[in-house]
Amino acid sequence: MATVRVQEAPFALGEEVEAFASGRTDMGAVVTFTGVVRDLAQTDLDVMEIEHYPGMTERAIGSIVDEAVSRWSLGDALVIHRYGRMGPGDRIMMVATAAPHRVDAFAAAEFLMDYLKSRAPFWKKEITEDGAGWVAATEEDEAALTRW
Amino acid sequence: MTLDVLYFAWLRERIGLSQERIETDALTVADLVEELRAREDRYALAFSDLSAVRVAVDQDLTEFDAPLANAREVAFFPPMTGG
Repeated sequence: MATVRVQEAPFALGEEVEAFASGRTDMGAVVTFTGVVRDLAQTDLDVMEIEHYPGMTERAIGSIVDEAVSRWSLGDALVIHRYGRMGPGDRIMMVATAAPHRVDAFAAAEFLMDYLKSRAPFWKKEITEDGAGWVAATEEDEAALTRW
Repeated sequence: MTLDVLYFAWLRERIGLSQERIETDALTVADLVEELRAREDRYALAFSDLSAVRVAVDQDLTEFDAPLANAREVAFFPPMTGG
């Protein structure tokens, strides 16, 4: 039912959402979230490089999606996550959920985001004019999991 | 036992390898880490603070006391930063 795509290429947000939301007569709610590369470093961010663990990535996202489907009344879910080199403003990933009611669609999308952030094997590296550094996981990211 | 050992992100950079095949009799992940640490300084450095390291056995996230019986692939990496 759900779709998981891990890819290097950019994705067309509008087309993805259009395709995901189309032809549903039993789903009253479609929620989408898009993650974008931010330029938060003290110096100008030139490139964000995302490394992942091929094989485990698909597997980990798949089990996170399965968990969401078992917890909420979902009609469908879509996760697209990119790896490789991206620049500020580029879209890193997207999540879409479809459910009969919006409460389930919103909650499942938030759950997916919280878990993708710290349980899917991706690592971000920021490359600025001053050098390169791995983005550190935060305690907030880990704490976000406890609410579920 | 033959294991494929994978390293990601800064562990890969510190050790200087993304993957290696090793022969080991380690019973647990912790035993394997001890074996690697004893090899060379670059391993000792990479594994100096295990609170900053996560491990997956056969692509499932696990703990350092996890057994390696029947394992084929062990991966070490920092806490994940997806999303």
